[in-house]
Amino acid sequence: MAEVNTGGNDKGKGKKVKQKKVDLRVDFTPMVDMNMLLITFFMFCTSLSKPQTMEINMPTRDEPSDPTVAKSSEAITILLGGDNRVFYYFGMIDEESYLNPKFLVESDYSENGLRAMLLNRNRKAIADLQELKLKKLNNQISEEDFKKQSIEIKGQKGSPTVMIKALDESTYKNLINVLDEMQIANIGKYAIVDIQDGDLFLVRKALGLITDEDLKK
Amino acid sequence: MPKVKVAKKSTFIDMTAMSDVTVLLLTFFILTSTFIKPEPVQVTTPASVSEIKIPEINVLSILVEPGGKVFMSLDKQEDAMRVLRKVGEAYNIEFTDKEVYQFGLAATSSFGVPIQSMKAFLGLPEDQRGEVLKNYGIPMDSIDNQFKHWVRYAKDVNPNLLIAIKADQFTPYPIIKNVMTSLQELRENRYNLITSLKAGANAEEGGH
Repeated sequence: MAEVNTGGNDKGKGKKVKQKKVDLRVDFTPMVDMNMLLITFFMFCTSLSKPQTMEINMPTRDEPSDPTVAKSSEAITILLGGDNRVFYYFGMIDEESYLNPKFLVESDYSENGLRAMLLNRNRKAIADLQELKLKKLNNQISEEDFKKQSIEIKGQKGSPTVMIKALDESTYKNLINVLDEMQIANIGKYAIVDIQDGDLFLVRKALGLITDEDLKK
Repeated sequence: MPKVKVAKKSTFIDMTAMSDVTVLLLTFFILTSTFIKPEPVQVTTPASVSEIKIPEINVLSILVEPGGKVFMSLDKQEDAMRVLRKVGEAYNIEFTDKEVYQFGLAATSSFGVPIQSMKAFLGLPEDQRGEVLKNYGIPMDSIDNQFKHWVRYAKDVNPNLLIAIKADQFTPYPIIKNVMTSLQELRENRYNLITSLKAGANAEEGGH
């Protein structure tokens, strides 16, 4: 490309005027060197993609969403403990639940833990959403309708309401993990709620910090 | 003696093609990238499956370090300058034009010094600030919640501001809760949590 043949050898056979061959080749090596340096600079000093975010809506202070408002049959409470431990229970705490050792279930952040439970609980909404997605794929509904209806499905009656209560020992990562599960399980109604004494008691008991003998006292 | 003729071979390699490639790469990097803003502390955000991107302008980012120190950054210099004046007024501290300007320059990357030490901090030469900043952080306790003031005035100055919390994955929950309740008290109920993309994850798969 950078080479230009200043030929003219076969022209003017008789005259034999020797033309000087001018080599127009340009050495591009320094150019390449400089470009490489620039590339390395850009690679180290910039970030390629914008960071991901998660949108979150918190309840306002003025109208505190009363956790007891949620139907106890629909309520799931997830308790985040320290050391990446996580517990959940269904419904509301009553006096019996303190004595029932099976009331509080320990789970984990893996696919078979919380996610399986949530997907199972929310299977009706998920099935509906799947149907809706299929409709959208076949262009039966518009994008707007799809969004509207998917919000309706997520908020429909019978779908679980999840309350996330984090213990002081838990980390931000745990919180994000649980919020992630909400998104995966398509749960429309969830809230981050302050932990109550009852929950704390249940977790302590599950961790073995409070034994039955302490209770009898 | 027969002369052995060694064919003269040119060692000249045509670098044109190579140069073409590097220029292309360079253009790609220039066009797709944004500069990393220096942050006073290294923060590893937790991974999530969320794929919403954060906008580039009008962002108030709150950086939470695992130890509980909180820093902030505003992306517009003019906003930052006005916010500093307002916060200064609230604490009866008068800032000179030069200090305000210096703050505007610094705020696009990160700021987080108690307002009482702000004057001294802005007086430092630029290269020393990074080291000093690490040891500070915006006070956020119940007696003197300067964090709240900053957010309130930032919102006053620019109502379109989007709040983004960037916290380290090992930040204990009480610290996050403190940030969240502070925002809640200001009736900022909608905000973003910055996460990184979980490798190879989408809604259906990808374990923890």
